[in-house]
Amino acid sequence: MSKFKVVHYINQFFGQVGGEEMAHIPAEKRKGPAGPGLAFTKQFKDEAEIVATIVCGDSWFNENLEVATKTVLDMVREESPDLFIAGPAFNAGRYGVACGTICDAVKTELGIPVLTGMYVENPGADMFRTKVLIISTANNAGGMRKAVPAMAKLALKLVKGERIGASVEDGYIPDGVRRNFFDKKRGSTRALEMLLKKIAGKPFETEYPMPTFDRVPPMPAIVDMTKANIAIVTSGGIVPKGNPDRIESSSASKYGSYNIEGVDDLTSETFETAHGGHDPVYANEDADRVIPVDVLRQYEKEGKIGKLHDWFYSTTGNGTAVASAKKYAAEIAEKLHSYEVDAVILTST
Amino acid sequence: MKLEVGYIDIKGIRFGDYNAVEDGILIVNPEPLLEPVLEDPLIKSAHFEIATPGESIRITPVKDVIEPRVKVEGSGGVFPGMISKVNTVGSGKTHVLRGMAVVTAGPIVGFQEGIIDMTGVGADYTPFSKLHNLVLVMEPVDNFKQHEYEAAARLAGLRTAVAIGELARDLVPDETVIYETPTVAETFKEEWKHLPRVGYVMMLQSQGLLHDTYVYGVDAKRTLSTMISATEVMDGAIVSGNCVSACDKNTTYHHQNNPVIHDLLAVHGKKINFVGTIITNENVYLDDKIRSSDWTSKMASYLSLDAAIISQEGFGNPDTDLIMNCTKLEKQGIKTVIITDEYAGQDGKSQSLADADELANAVVTGGNANEVVILPPLDRVIGTLDYVDTVAGGHAGSLRPDGSIEAELQIITGATNEMGFNRMSAR
Repeated sequence: MSKFKVVHYINQFFGQVGGEEMAHIPAEKRKGPAGPGLAFTKQFKDEAEIVATIVCGDSWFNENLEVATKTVLDMVREESPDLFIAGPAFNAGRYGVACGTICDAVKTELGIPVLTGMYVENPGADMFRTKVLIISTANNAGGMRKAVPAMAKLALKLVKGERIGASVEDGYIPDGVRRNFFDKKRGSTRALEMLLKKIAGKPFETEYPMPTFDRVPPMPAIVDMTKANIAIVTSGGIVPKGNPDRIESSSASKYGSYNIEGVDDLTSETFETAHGGHDPVYANEDADRVIPVDVLRQYEKEGKIGKLHDWFYSTTGNGTAVASAKKYAAEIAEKLHSYEVDAVILTST
Repeated sequence: MKLEVGYIDIKGIRFGDYNAVEDGILIVNPEPLLEPVLEDPLIKSAHFEIATPGESIRITPVKDVIEPRVKVEGSGGVFPGMISKVNTVGSGKTHVLRGMAVVTAGPIVGFQEGIIDMTGVGADYTPFSKLHNLVLVMEPVDNFKQHEYEAAARLAGLRTAVAIGELARDLVPDETVIYETPTVAETFKEEWKHLPRVGYVMMLQSQGLLHDTYVYGVDAKRTLSTMISATEVMDGAIVSGNCVSACDKNTTYHHQNNPVIHDLLAVHGKKINFVGTIITNENVYLDDKIRSSDWTSKMASYLSLDAAIISQEGFGNPDTDLIMNCTKLEKQGIKTVIITDEYAGQDGKSQSLADADELANAVVTGGNANEVVILPPLDRVIGTLDYVDTVAGGHAGSLRPDGSIEAELQIITGATNEMGFNRMSAR
């Protein structure tokens, strides 16, 4: 069996060109392994070999980001490797950013597996951990002996297309993807041990760090409703019949803006729901049940509210990622501002 | 309360023309055991099948898993208020047929029931693949109401387990363990003064219909948060009536063998002072959630707890109850660890829980229930594969032409249990 071809990226220091005084050197390509590449070669045994090493100054890369990325990318491409590794960069900030940048570019442009290694507090780790896998290393080159075997092991898994384990198993910095694994102890015992540490004031590690919820304090109440311009925004998936924008029934990739000028009542002939997460029968019978257009028109006529805004905005909340919802909300909020809407009725299902 | 539990190890099950446990082998004569099951007008047919660990067998749809036990000494009987009279249990002596379970299965249309594989990848995810299972396969009459049939199937399983448990009444246990829970006064005794006062908050699924748990026969959704002795739980005071996703519903077996209770009792008087267990429900209405979590925190404070483990059942809506229970305890200075599971999407990239709070800083997870697993075809099916595509965790095309199944872990009974029954976790 032929060996997997690997290209390795390192900085001027690990390329033995020099320290900070040589950080300005542009990228150069050498044949075969160099520096830490020799340790990788040992770990790869007969399975993979480093065919080329790219040595690049940290300052040059970071100060010429676009050109540098392209230059290195071309060097990698020439070798048509099966795998690309960079670093490990430990806690060297510019080296970490370079490793992350070039790994991300190689992954995207060449579509081959990539891997780097850094200390968790390296700024490159925060910038790239959800884009490329980063083995968690010590904060200085003294950690090389541990970092190389961990990187080599995961690199071989990646190049062979094997399932990667959870971050605690394979030693990478959590990448935002939750992966199951079998721990050594059952959950109740882990809970008890965690509790004993927490009681004793010792450090403990949660198995699931809580996401930060963006809690927004409500606006002050509207003093005079008879002059207020009221809009409707919904995650209940109400759309004109036929779903013209093809909003997905789950995990929506978009929202729709729909004009209701002159519409007094939503009927089963004119509106429906695109939502796949609830029984749609009642919403399809009468979409006013999800967005109360009929009642608000009535209020408008009676002078209880100033105006019902001419447009409503709709998406399906079902399985839709928070990041997408946030993006739609920001765009919708801008539109509402431009129309001088005073208040919004948000409905969900 | 003090309960002596005698464990009788079951090494196999076979059919015979009488019912007995002989040398660790359960011998089953179906006819007399099926008679009371078939008396129920909603059950059209019923029969038993045997599934042994390692056999190429797939059991589905699985409704409940129950461990046969019998009360040998002391007041009350197992499953009080449900099968036995409602009298208090948890004291005296109980015999357990360890290493086996009664599994109820069969077409339970529209419910969210699960799969137990006795071998292969699926077997790694469910604790019940390691048990000798006596499977009670039932079929409902035509034109039944789902919740009425659920009650019939639930009682049939419990009755069968009681009848099997009865066979162990006069046997000599292979192992005997004494479990003892203190009174409140005892928890303040001098020799335990230096130990942290730890409680257990056990959340019971009560979103019903069909998402119910019973305590001494009472539907938990009609209860206020209350206390129960660990030994009462061992005697079957809490029974599952749940048809939620199979992976994180607590079967009756989970209640009988609650791992949090066992782990806390194991270090009680040594590392901790296990003061007591609070049970609290997971109702759907906001008022109920606020009332129940307030009540839980009042009781935790009343017991002067320093810390507590909180276990959940189900997901989504009950995440709110979980976070309320957690934050209300933390705000009183009671340190918590919560046990939950995750719905992070098949790609593992979504937010795992429907609610969150920074005070919930100590979380144990049973894993991502959305993770997709491929279960190989197995030689024999107990029950039916007809519902694999429609139960929670399945999708159209889950059951593939070669008999293999592609589905989310959700579909496997007990896979991501939130009492911490399993070793599975996620990062």
